[in-house]
Amino acid sequence: MLDCGLDMTSTLNFLPLPLVQSPRLSNLPGWSLKDGNAFLDKELKECSGHVFVDSVPEFCLPETELIDLSTVDVILISNYHCMMALPYITEHTGFTGTVYATEPTVQIGRLLMEELVNFIERVPKAQSASLWKNKDIQRLLPSPLKDAVEVSTWRRCYTMQEVNSALSKIQLVGYSQKIELFGAVQVTPLSSGYALGSSNWIIQSHYEKVSYVSGSSLLTTHPQPMDQASLKNSDVLVLTGLTQIPTANPDGMVGEFCSNLALTVRNGGNVLVPCYPSGVIYDLLECLYQYIDSAGLSNIPFYFISPVANSSLEFSQIFAEWLCHNKQSKVYLPEPPFPHAELIQTNKLKHYPSIHGDFSNDFRQPCVVFTGHPSLRFGDVVHFMELWGKSSLNTVIFTEPDFSYLEALAPYQPLAMKCIYCPIDTRLNFIQVSKLLKEVQPLHVVCPEQYTQPPPAQSHRMDLMIDCQPPAMSYRRADVLALPFKRRYEKIEIMPELADSLVPMEIKPGISLATVSAVLHTKDNKHVLQPPPRPAQPTSGKKRKQRVSEDVPDCQVLKPLLSGSIPVEQFVQTLEKHGFSDIKVEDTAKGHIVLLQEAETLIQIEEDSTHIICDNDEMLRVRLRDLVLKFLQKF
Amino acid sequence: MPEIRVTPLGAGQDVGRSCILVSIAGKNVMLDCGMHMGFNDDRRFPDFSYITQNGRLTDFLDCVIISHFHLDHCGALPYFSEMVGYDGPIYMTHPTQAICPILLEDYRKIAVDKKGEANFFTSQMIKDCMKKVVAVHLHQTVQVDDELEIKAYYAGHVLGAAMFQIKVGSESVVYTGDYNMTPDRHLGAAWIDKCRPNLLITESTYATTIRDSKRCRERDFLKKVHETVERGGKVLIPVFALGRAQELCILLETFWERMNLKVPIYFSTGLTEKANHYYKLFITWTNQKIRKTFVQRNMFEFKHIKAFDRAFADNPGPMVVFATPGMLHAGQSLQIFRKWAGNEKNMVIMPGYCVQGTVGHKILSGQRKLEMEGRQVLEVKMQVEYMSFSAHADAKGIMQLVGQAEPERVLLVHGEAKKMEFLRQKIEQEFRVSCYMPANGETVTLPTSPSIPVGISLGLLKREMAQGLLPEAKKPRLLHGTLVMKDSSFRLVSSEQALKELGLAEHQLRFTCRVHLQDTRKEQETALRVYSHLKSTLKDHCVQHLPDGSVTVESILIQAAAHSEDPGTKVLLVSWTYQDEELGSFLTALLKKGLPQAPS
Repeated sequence: MLDCGLDMTSTLNFLPLPLVQSPRLSNLPGWSLKDGNAFLDKELKECSGHVFVDSVPEFCLPETELIDLSTVDVILISNYHCMMALPYITEHTGFTGTVYATEPTVQIGRLLMEELVNFIERVPKAQSASLWKNKDIQRLLPSPLKDAVEVSTWRRCYTMQEVNSALSKIQLVGYSQKIELFGAVQVTPLSSGYALGSSNWIIQSHYEKVSYVSGSSLLTTHPQPMDQASLKNSDVLVLTGLTQIPTANPDGMVGEFCSNLALTVRNGGNVLVPCYPSGVIYDLLECLYQYIDSAGLSNIPFYFISPVANSSLEFSQIFAEWLCHNKQSKVYLPEPPFPHAELIQTNKLKHYPSIHGDFSNDFRQPCVVFTGHPSLRFGDVVHFMELWGKSSLNTVIFTEPDFSYLEALAPYQPLAMKCIYCPIDTRLNFIQVSKLLKEVQPLHVVCPEQYTQPPPAQSHRMDLMIDCQPPAMSYRRADVLALPFKRRYEKIEIMPELADSLVPMEIKPGISLATVSAVLHTKDNKHVLQPPPRPAQPTSGKKRKQRVSEDVPDCQVLKPLLSGSIPVEQFVQTLEKHGFSDIKVEDTAKGHIVLLQEAETLIQIEEDSTHIICDNDEMLRVRLRDLVLKFLQKF
Repeated sequence: MPEIRVTPLGAGQDVGRSCILVSIAGKNVMLDCGMHMGFNDDRRFPDFSYITQNGRLTDFLDCVIISHFHLDHCGALPYFSEMVGYDGPIYMTHPTQAICPILLEDYRKIAVDKKGEANFFTSQMIKDCMKKVVAVHLHQTVQVDDELEIKAYYAGHVLGAAMFQIKVGSESVVYTGDYNMTPDRHLGAAWIDKCRPNLLITESTYATTIRDSKRCRERDFLKKVHETVERGGKVLIPVFALGRAQELCILLETFWERMNLKVPIYFSTGLTEKANHYYKLFITWTNQKIRKTFVQRNMFEFKHIKAFDRAFADNPGPMVVFATPGMLHAGQSLQIFRKWAGNEKNMVIMPGYCVQGTVGHKILSGQRKLEMEGRQVLEVKMQVEYMSFSAHADAKGIMQLVGQAEPERVLLVHGEAKKMEFLRQKIEQEFRVSCYMPANGETVTLPTSPSIPVGISLGLLKREMAQGLLPEAKKPRLLHGTLVMKDSSFRLVSSEQALKELGLAEHQLRFTCRVHLQDTRKEQETALRVYSHLKSTLKDHCVQHLPDGSVTVESILIQAAAHSEDPGTKVLLVSWTYQDEELGSFLTALLKKGLPQAPS
């Protein structure tokens, strides 16, 4: 199974979970049907023309119905964003396999999960809505609720216990480590350049190679650059996790982010940055580190609020081996690879587990707050939206591309605060994809259907799709796709003793053949050919009376195939040389018949066959056989 | 005959100056490039002229691997690469790459600035040398070239220490460097998978020692330190800046905290803080416990341990000082030792192995009057204690590693000849594998017999495997096929496919024998009698009676016909192909004996 991601956009249909009682949210009117029927008003609330489910937010899981997950042997994780559904899969489906991921992926993935669980669990909500999920009722609801897919499979968040249990099933791996799976295939993670520890995977046998390219980046940010060379010679390249915003240039967005931030703060407003606790935030902090002084923001406090803020900042500093070259060489000095260490030391950046506790004492405005969750449905960000939403001095800057910012903002409308959309998505865009494909030249490309056509909103942009030859094979949710290659060969090892006994024979220039008769041993999907056992020595001494069946020859002794043809004249000469006389040759439609009149024996010779018909005279038959074999080659 | 050749240029029946040449499947690899602490002349570096008399080292060596940052494993590297001249790749782990140049620079300073040696490598040479380094991750398979690959395993000896697997095709060698099989306070235990190398080259520093439990040693150490400072004495602990130092610091730090002690602990040399910083940044290389708790409390931020100033040595009252280097052969530890040696209240604790020729080795072997430079004689009155804290595997650990890796053969380096001999016998007895211990400059040649990988057509393999799965297949089955060798590609295919690929037609050779039988009955009945006879005789074969009246045994066809002249005789026509010859001729012979009398 390749990756195990969670679709969190489902949470956009729910009301935000406020950390402190919000009168506005709790006083939203219940929603009623057009005919005035209000039986759903406990579950659904209306806000500025949008309808939201008033319940604990739920997530859309990967497809689990289509296959029996207990038959999945291995899950390969490409980056920490793509493992968020892991507890659902490993804990409740009968899955007993192994999960492979790099160490940073696991550590940061754990932080993301911990944050998520913490966000949801610290605001217990009594209400759990399920009425609206009824298919007949869902039909009656307004969009987007009406169109939400698979709502019956949506699940609440897992617990920390489930997270720990899921993570304990992960086997840590390093880049370019070759991992043997059951002796049959080898998988190898490669740096994908997108996030700390993010990987693409090579899945290969000795003769076939499939590359799984997911969430890759060619930009130089903090992670180790993408390993492209190792993707070459793939039979199939599965391509996914491209940028969500193909038209936005990440560098330009960072510039816009900085200038909007500075502008707001200078005017006395606060800046809210909804974000994940790891990833782009490291790059943003680094940009700000360089930008703060020149923009005159030295006195503005930066707050990073997350239950895992401290861990995230600390962890980022210890994965030197997974960082880009520049950051690696800093560690050799030794200095911390990320400059946020200095921001913390100089008190410019402060981090808190939540808005409760120390933060409330230290809180000064105007300020900049980095906090989650980017969906604006839970986490400390909900509090700041409620707090700052009414003033046009404040700004919320969206940098994470996973959620539509308009949908994220919907339950906060009407809103006076400024909203800036600066999505920073460093993953591959279509220009980079075509460059990559030209570089690594896979025989076939497989990708999600969305990538094979321009985005629906920009249907004229033919440049916003994958263009390759042969055309990419596309797949949809729950599609079954046969990969276009046929396995023909597998590796087998010939033991040296056996190899020594082989007699190669040159058949054509440059091509030699050797017939092999050997014992096949197969263990753990590894095949070895050993020399055949020596024929057992006949037991000497006593003559035992043997049963007939024990005399039956062992049909396991296989004879080679024959090839070639028999020139009649030479054959007859040979017969004569070996003492046969009275030989008559008759021509037939397809060849000849050689008659040995004396011996009442007849030999039919055709292009591709010889048939010896004789009386039961074994000596004669064997003599004739050997003479025939002289003209033929054995295989 | 393919073979693996191993020649130690250093560390052959000796500790120090580790440098081992390995030739495997035509590839030449140099393992470690160390210096010898016991010598100050030419003997301190390996004799690189041995490698090649008049060619360039770069042409001869495919790569150099450094196992860890200790100078007896990397101290000769700048000399080797910059002064002798080597431009190929040098592999080491990230922490080794980070720390190695600092120790080299330290070493250079002592040699050149303090001892005034000329013709030594320069700072620039260290930098240039480090530019040739390629860093490797644990377990990463590094492709040195198309055929040669190397892989690092955790060795637990010092931060970043690694064991290396060197592999060409199906042949492989594992070199352990220095390793430790028991986790300590800051590092984890060495680990390797069952990689079954042709040869395991292992260190054998503690070939004959089985150490008591770590806890006991730690308690002992703490007790001695505590007693000494209680009675107002000073404790000197000579250490190398990185490694044991951190372990002992963690130990003392926790003890001081628990006992609420106020006696100062100092760590000499400016390296300290820097060294601890490396540990903080490379925390993923430390043991599980430290890694797990580092966010809450970084074990390498010490509260009780402060930087040492030279003037402190003359302060009155008790103190504990960690000073470098560890074998008391030079530098600050030696200076402090000279100052404190005369007072019996004081104590020096040697926490690690000392190479012959060093002051450390002398006092450990009981010498109490030392001749110093300028004919001065130093009388040692202070207590001398030895505590094995070096992170080397003991005899038990070495045996454990051999058991883990399951090598075909073992070769011992980095140990003393006498002790090696003992371990060699033990390994040969216990694992029934040959064990070697070459001296420096002595070459061990081991023939190998690598198996030959070829591609087998899946059709042939599946056919064979399906038959191999039959329950009655007790005897090993013979696989028959044709090996097609074209250019350098080797493929094993079924004979039919080989013929087809070469555009050749099969030539069928068939035999038909006439067997005369006295039988007055009709042909059909004769055939039926033949059938029942064969059916009862040949229990292991598939005997069938076909609707057209003929009988088959496997693929051999038997037909009964009337004799043209004699109605009392029937002719059995037995027909088979060359491939079934044995069975065919057996059947004719069997039938010639006649049929048993039919039950009337």
